[in-house]
Amino acid sequence: MSIWINEESKILIQGITGNQGTFHGTMMVEYRTNVVGGVTPGKGGQKIKLSEKEVPVFNTMSEAIENTNADVSVIYVPARFAAAAIIEAANSFQQNGGGLIVCITEGIPILDMVNAVANIEKCPDVRLIGPNCPGIITPGDQGGCKVGIMPGFIHAKGKIGIVSKSGTLTYEAVAQTMSVDEGQSTCVGIGGDPVNGTGFIDCLDAFEKDPQTEAIVMIGEIGGSAEEEAAEWAAKNMSKPIVGFVAGSTAPPGKRMGHAGAIISGGKGTAEEKFAAFEKAGIYVARDPSEIGNVLLKALKEHNLR
Amino acid sequence: MNIHEYQAKSIFHDSGIKVVKGIHCLTVEDALNAYEELESKVVAVKSQIHAGGRGKGNLYNPESGELVMEGGVKIAFSKEEVREYSTAIIGNRLVTKQTGKEGKIVNNLYIETGCKIEHEYYLALLVDRENKSVLVMASTEGGMDIEEVAENNPEAIHKIWADPLNGLSREDSMSLAAALGLSDKSQEELASMLDSLYAMFTERDCSMIEINPLVKSESGEMIALDGKVGFDDSADFRHPWRNELRDFSEEEDVEIRAHEYGLSYVKLEGNIGCLVNGAGLAMASMDVIKLYGGEPANFLDIGGGATRESITAAFEIILEDKNVEGILVNIFGGIIQCDMVARSVIQASAEIGLAVPLVVRFSGTNHVKGKEVLDQSNLNVHTTNTLAEGAEKIVSLTRGDA
Repeated sequence: MSIWINEESKILIQGITGNQGTFHGTMMVEYRTNVVGGVTPGKGGQKIKLSEKEVPVFNTMSEAIENTNADVSVIYVPARFAAAAIIEAANSFQQNGGGLIVCITEGIPILDMVNAVANIEKCPDVRLIGPNCPGIITPGDQGGCKVGIMPGFIHAKGKIGIVSKSGTLTYEAVAQTMSVDEGQSTCVGIGGDPVNGTGFIDCLDAFEKDPQTEAIVMIGEIGGSAEEEAAEWAAKNMSKPIVGFVAGSTAPPGKRMGHAGAIISGGKGTAEEKFAAFEKAGIYVARDPSEIGNVLLKALKEHNLR
Repeated sequence: MNIHEYQAKSIFHDSGIKVVKGIHCLTVEDALNAYEELESKVVAVKSQIHAGGRGKGNLYNPESGELVMEGGVKIAFSKEEVREYSTAIIGNRLVTKQTGKEGKIVNNLYIETGCKIEHEYYLALLVDRENKSVLVMASTEGGMDIEEVAENNPEAIHKIWADPLNGLSREDSMSLAAALGLSDKSQEELASMLDSLYAMFTERDCSMIEINPLVKSESGEMIALDGKVGFDDSADFRHPWRNELRDFSEEEDVEIRAHEYGLSYVKLEGNIGCLVNGAGLAMASMDVIKLYGGEPANFLDIGGGATRESITAAFEIILEDKNVEGILVNIFGGIIQCDMVARSVIQASAEIGLAVPLVVRFSGTNHVKGKEVLDQSNLNVHTTNTLAEGAEKIVSLTRGDA
């Protein structure tokens, strides 16, 4: 098992004919992801070649879902159109049995996201991951299901779940699990925007219920209080061990560190507060991301899993 | 992007939010004319910089460093006092607790009609990331720092949230007004003001509106006596009018240049420059440098679309900082390919004449090829496999113990 996506998932690409959509769509197909089509308004009826596979392009999400039975959509459309793409996908999935939306786009206006998230909440069978994230991947025996922009080849099928606010730091966490011969069940990038869809707690909950996952690596960063809330929740609800790291111990207050949400404001949202919350919740803390692998191994051994 | 008080008040006025009459000035002459034009015996003479704490800040002569005047916001009771205060403000350096010790040169002044105040309040609108909606926050402790109030007197702070799809409810606005102890007429006034503020916030894609103080005048009117407004930069594309409000002297020149190359750069105080792909990894790289006893000189994320040009620009920006004694490049290749970065690093180093130690850590897409490219070049570079090794190496090299 895995969480939310697996090798049978049928994937649509919103913005499939754009540079990003075609490039990453090709990489997804090369990882053997089951891409079944895409959407670009005004280009419906065309076919597009992604690596060795040719898939249909549709004008709307409703049309695409009805024709392909897709249950996952990944969004590569420019920031100014992304919130509308999320809402269209949400409504279409809700009318067709539900689905998962993964929004990669960076730089979506925050009030657009407030609006999009409020719309998603009216669609109980729809989940949003992102925006401003690398996506989600479930490695398989050969290739797997890769919905996003992460380099597929660094992953291997295994028993560790990864959830992270950051892109490349997620890859670092993947490499760390590999350094101690552990593969991944599913890796989720929840994104670095202040207003997003799926949060840490959703992921922890899903990993706790997933029989394949034995332990979780959780990567946070400065800003907001999602890490603290997740830690508090985990202390009460998680039986599986968690390894945590928080980026930004050295970040100065009041400065945005690349991600729109990565800012210490009014003295709140510091890495120290988050590390302290992790420790209080019994989460195994790695202060150095290069130590995540070793800390993970220790956690697995202490839980008699290795 | 932030704007000045005088600009915020002009938007308030256009949005139907009550302000007192004021005039933006650039010179002492302007200020004297403004005093005549306002026909008010009492006026406020207000320094315009983006940082808060102006009233309690001090003005210094930028050359001699001498203290010129205490307080960046003054109440003048005569034309002579307007002359005295504006002379002390324009062209001098205002240091407040938000500017840091280097302060900000004041180029803009705002002369505003006096107002008879019965009570001062605090009011702010911002996006609440946990509730995923716009939060309205108000307190009876006007004129105070909201962080201090939150710390010492949290029960004085009252909050309501807008529904993302339906906006603020009149009921919530009225209950907020009642919680502030406002009487009937002022309650209605505040509720209408909140409607106008919420409309302004959403129509103009604000990230923050802060009115501190919001005042109740002796006649019961609710007036925005100060105004601090920030905009969500991601929404710039639908607000071309913002360009005219931008004050480049308030922004860090180097951060603007970095932005033009798609780089995200923040200067810090240390001596080890960092060049990293990804914001989280860039922060983590700084943290690990610190763990190994060094101090990072900057945050720098080259982004997913980095090119040779942007990487060269990144090197130039890092080396402009005279404190930099060594550079750590940390790349986890995803979309970005390590060999492209390697070639860019070699080219940039040659162009700039790199004279400080350089450590490169490659992982991910084409990392082996990237390392080969570096090894085959004449560049004096140390390569490592992990971030920890890279940080340890650059720290020891900058200490000279290598």
